[in-house]
Amino acid sequence: MPRGHHDLGGTPAGPIDRTEHQLDDWEILADAVNQALGAKGIRRTDELRRAREQMDSDLYRRLSYYERWIASLETILIEKKLLTKEEVDRKVAELAAKWGEP
Amino acid sequence: MADHVAAQAGESEHGHPRHELSAYARRVYAIRDILLEKGILTGEEIQAQIEYIEARTPANGARLVARAWVDPEFKKRLLADPKAACSEMGIDATSLNEFVVLENTEKVRHLVVCTLCSCYPRPILGRPPDWYKSFNYRARAVNDPRGVMREFGNDVPDAVEIRVHDSTADMRYLVLPVRPKGTESLSEEELQKLVVRDSLIGVVDPLPAVPEQGV
Repeated sequence: MPRGHHDLGGTPAGPIDRTEHQLDDWEILADAVNQALGAKGIRRTDELRRAREQMDSDLYRRLSYYERWIASLETILIEKKLLTKEEVDRKVAELAAKWGEP
Repeated sequence: MADHVAAQAGESEHGHPRHELSAYARRVYAIRDILLEKGILTGEEIQAQIEYIEARTPANGARLVARAWVDPEFKKRLLADPKAACSEMGIDATSLNEFVVLENTEKVRHLVVCTLCSCYPRPILGRPPDWYKSFNYRARAVNDPRGVMREFGNDVPDAVEIRVHDSTADMRYLVLPVRPKGTESLSEEELQKLVVRDSLIGVVDPLPAVPEQGV
């Protein structure tokens, strides 16, 4: 079985970037929505991990940390039939219109 | 920041996010709104999580360590039953499954990583630093811990053994660093200031005692 894209221990890697960034509001929100769903027993940590470990490998490497959280959260919520991708797409378009962006 | 997010759940007073958002960032606002509309979550529940995590900071870890340095009986309890010792200090660690405190000595240094993702004692220390979640730290901590620690300015002598601990969702770690030399006269509060966050993860030692400045 090939090594999963998440299984990084011991793989070749360069220097560690020690720059820290102040979280943006969307990152704080991603964290809080995730934790709130966990607190209510709607999703489990292992489920989100599975979603991140099974996502497209290029995407896993390309996305930032909280982008990966959001992608895996959407996957799990769709699996649980709590929402659909189309609902999220529609809501994204609605918000863009409300925010006055192209 | 908490209040700002509280009021608008991530939007500015004009209802716009403050920055250009990536496609995924947009989706979390959409997901949030759908979960609220369907009654799966409430705004209060989301806000409670923001307040919970922002109240957790490395200062909690510093309090545990400084107490352990000044009170050998507390140190024994901290190592034997970390969650109970946290509770004694008013720190709620009950949401962690297994929680282990690793005692550094002159001969052994412990280093904590989560190679698979980002597991961290969040109920105690808050969110992990960016570097802890980085691919390069996750990759190298297990096979080049000495090199990693050197990058953080921590030259661990060859005679000192380094033990690396890979965290999981069920097992979280906190390092109890060695008390710096020359700190015998410092108060518990002064000692807390030496216990920087990264020393609780094990990549560095606590700050050295600052010699008193002459006038």
